[in-house]
Amino acid sequence: MRVMHHRAVGLGYIAISVVAVLLGTVLSLLMRLHLSWPAWKLPLHGLILPEEYLALVTMHGTIMLFFVLTVAPQSGFGNLILPAQIGSRKMAFPRLNAASMYLTAVALAVLVAAFFVPQGAPISGWTAYPPLSASPLAGPGQGDGMDVWLAAIVMFAVASTASGINTLTTIVKLRAEGMTWERLPLTVWGWFTAALLSVLAFSVLMAAIVMLLCDRHLHTGFFLPAQDLINGVMLGHTGDSSPLLWLHLFWFFGHPEVYIAILPGMGLTSMVLANFARRKVFAYRLMIATTLLIGFLGILVWGHHMFVAGLNPFAGSAFAISTMAIALPASAKVLSWLATVWRSRPQLTTPMLFALGFVSLFVAGGLTGPILAQPILDEYLHNTFFVVAHFHLIMAMAGIFGLCCATYYWFPLIFRRQLSEPLGKVHFGLTIFGAYSTFLPMHLTGLAGEPRQYAQLNGIAGPGTALLQTTTPLQLHITFSALFLACAQLPFLYNVLRTALLPPTAVENPWNATTMEWAPNALEETSPEPLMAYRGPCQYSDDAATFIAQWQPDEASTPHLE
Amino acid sequence: MLNAQAIVSGQQFWHLPRNASLHGRSLDQHLLLNLWIALALLTLAHFILLVGLAVRRRAHRPIHKLTLEYLPLAALTVLFAFLAIRAQRLWAAQRYTGADLAAMQVEVTGMQFAWYFRYPGKDATFGQTKLALADAPAGNPLGIDPKDSYGTDDIVSSQLVLPANREVDLTLRAQDVIHGFAVPEMRLKQNAVPGQTAHIHFTPTTPGTYAILCTQLCGLGHYRMQATMLVLPPEKFAAWLATREAQAGAR
Repeated sequence: MRVMHHRAVGLGYIAISVVAVLLGTVLSLLMRLHLSWPAWKLPLHGLILPEEYLALVTMHGTIMLFFVLTVAPQSGFGNLILPAQIGSRKMAFPRLNAASMYLTAVALAVLVAAFFVPQGAPISGWTAYPPLSASPLAGPGQGDGMDVWLAAIVMFAVASTASGINTLTTIVKLRAEGMTWERLPLTVWGWFTAALLSVLAFSVLMAAIVMLLCDRHLHTGFFLPAQDLINGVMLGHTGDSSPLLWLHLFWFFGHPEVYIAILPGMGLTSMVLANFARRKVFAYRLMIATTLLIGFLGILVWGHHMFVAGLNPFAGSAFAISTMAIALPASAKVLSWLATVWRSRPQLTTPMLFALGFVSLFVAGGLTGPILAQPILDEYLHNTFFVVAHFHLIMAMAGIFGLCCATYYWFPLIFRRQLSEPLGKVHFGLTIFGAYSTFLPMHLTGLAGEPRQYAQLNGIAGPGTALLQTTTPLQLHITFSALFLACAQLPFLYNVLRTALLPPTAVENPWNATTMEWAPNALEETSPEPLMAYRGPCQYSDDAATFIAQWQPDEASTPHLE
Repeated sequence: MLNAQAIVSGQQFWHLPRNASLHGRSLDQHLLLNLWIALALLTLAHFILLVGLAVRRRAHRPIHKLTLEYLPLAALTVLFAFLAIRAQRLWAAQRYTGADLAAMQVEVTGMQFAWYFRYPGKDATFGQTKLALADAPAGNPLGIDPKDSYGTDDIVSSQLVLPANREVDLTLRAQDVIHGFAVPEMRLKQNAVPGQTAHIHFTPTTPGTYAILCTQLCGLGHYRMQATMLVLPPEKFAAWLATREAQAGAR
C-alpha cells in the first residue's frame, strides 16, 4: 500500500482546520448576537439558553485553540512546508503521520458530536475545572457531553504527541547535507520548539484527563475534596484532594499550548519580513535563542493563571517573575522585526502585509501580558474581558495573521497558482481593521469589570446590572465589529475559489525567496538529485538587486531580481 | 468630554469603575501607570514600524546589534523590573500578612448559584458546619451544626453588610464547585475552592452599594451568581448588627 504523501497529510490537516474555523466562527458570532440581543431567537432553534451559551463558549474555545491554532500552523503547514524547507523529501514516520491526521479528524468529529448527545455539549469552558467537570450533577452537558469532550481531547492529544515526535525526528535526522542547525530557517526553529512543547505538554494533559475520567467513573478523588456537595447530593468518592491539582496539571499543559499555537507564526514572520525587505533577519542567532527561550520559559509560567485561585501568595510572586521574564525574549523578537524592516522599503505584497499585521497584533496583544503578569493587577483583571482581549489579539488574531501570511506566501508553491494581490490587500485591510475594532474595546469592558463567560450582562436584580450596563454601547460595537471581521474573510474565500479555477501559471519562486522549499526540485518526490544547502537563508545583496538562495552552489548562478 | 481628573482616576478613558476600598487607590495608580506605559510603547512600536516602512531604503546598516537589540532590551528589562517590583510591594502588603487581629470576621460561602455571608454573632466565634447538614430549603444552607453552641447565634445573610473604614477578614469557602468572589469596586478577587478555605482582607472606605460577582465559571447560572455588598457608616452598621443579633438570639 502506498503511504500518504506528507503534503497530502498537510492538506488534510488544513481541511480539518478550515472546517473547524468556519464552525468556531459561527459559534463566536452566536455568542455575540446573544450577548447583544438576549431575546434573539436562533432560527430553527429558538432562544439561546444560559447553558447553551456556555456550551458555545466551551466549544468555540476548544475548536479554535486545538483544531485551528494548533492544527493549521504546526501540523498543516508543518507537513506542507517543513520537509522541503530542510531539504528532505519525506517525514520521518510517514505512516504515523497519516494516522495522526486521521485521528485528528476523528477527534474533531467526536468533539462536534458533543452537541448532539443528551443535554448537549459541556459548559465548563476549555479549561474544564473540576468539580464542575467531575460530575454530571454540576450541570447540563457535564454528563455525556463532558465524556465525549474528554474523549475527543484525548484523541487529539495522542495525535499531537505522535505528530510532535514525527516533527522532531524529521528535523533532527532528515536535514539535507549542509543544512546545519544555524542555517535552519526560523520557521523550522518555530516548528521544532513547538513540537518539543507538544510532546511535553500533551502527555501531561493526557495523564490529567485519565485522572479526571477516573474521578467521573471510578469514584476516585484525584481532584475532589473529601466532601463535595453538588446540587444537594454528596459525591460518593474516596480520597481527599484538591481541584487545584487539576489547575496545575491543566495549565502546565495549557500555557505551553498557547506557545505551540504562536511559535510557528513568529518564525514565519521573521522569514517573510526578511524575504520582502531583501535582507538578512536581524540578529539571526539571537532569534534562534529567543525561540528556544520562549519555549523553555513557557513551561515555567503556568501559575500566572492561578494568582487568585488559592495558591500561596509567595507562589504568585515566583510565577510573576518567570512570566515577566518571558517578555524579554518576546521583546527581542519585536526589536528584530522592527530592525529587519527599518528603512528597507520592502515590497508590500499580501504575505508581507500579513506579516507586518502579525507584528502589530503581537505588540498590541503582548503589551498587556506584563500587566496581567503582576498578581496585584491580576486581582482586578483576572477572568475579565481584559484577558479575553489579551489572548484574542496575541494568540487568536496574530495566529490567524500568521496563517493568512503562510497561505498567501506558499499558495504559489503548493498550487502553482498565485492568489490575486489586489483582493489579498483588500482582505488584509478589512481584516486588520475588523480585528482591532473587535478586540481593542474588550480591554475597556474588562476594565469596567465585565467578567468572562457571562451568558447575560443585564436583567439581574442588584448592583451588578448597573455596573455591567455601563459596557452596553461597547458591547454593541464589539458585536458589529465581529460580524464585520467575519464578513472580511469573504474576499479571501472568493480569492481562493477564483484562483483554484484558473489554469496553473507556473511562476518559479515568485517572491524571490531564498529558503529550500523554493528550490526548483524541492517538491519532486523522486528526484535523483539530493537537495543540498550551501548557506543560510536570506542572502540578499546590499542594493537588493541580487540574491543567492540556500540551494545554489555558487555565486555564478546568482539570479537578478525582476 | 474627557477631563484631566477622570483620566487620572481612569474612569472615563479607561472605563474603570469607582474605587471604594483602601488598597484600591494604590492598585489603581499602578494599573493606570501600566496602562499608559503599554499605550505609549504600542504607539512607539507602530511609529518605528511605519516610519521604517516609509523612508527610503538604506543599503547597509552599519549600526551594531548592541544599539538596536541589547540597549532597548536593557531599557525594557529595567522598565519591567520597576513595574514588577512596584507590583510585588502592593501584593506583599495585601497578601503576605493576614488581617489585623481586630478585623471584622465574615465567612463567605459560594454554592451554585448563590453567595451566603455568615457573621459569628455575639460570641465572636463561628459554629461548626457540616456539609451533610446543609439544607437551603430548611433554612440552613451552610449546614451549621445545631449541636454546636457557638453556632446558635451565628448570623447568615444573603447580603454582605459591612461598616465603612474597618478592616474585614473574609474567609472564603465553596460547597460544590470553584467560585470566584469578586467585588470590582473594592478591587478584590479571590477564588473559593471546595475543600479549602482562603482568606482575603480589605477595608471598604465609602458607604454605598456594590456588586459582588462570581468570576469563576461555575455552571449554567454563573452569570446570575451575584450579590450585594452594602457598606454602611459605622453607627448604621452597628444598628443593623444589633437587629440581626437580636433576631438570632430569639431563635
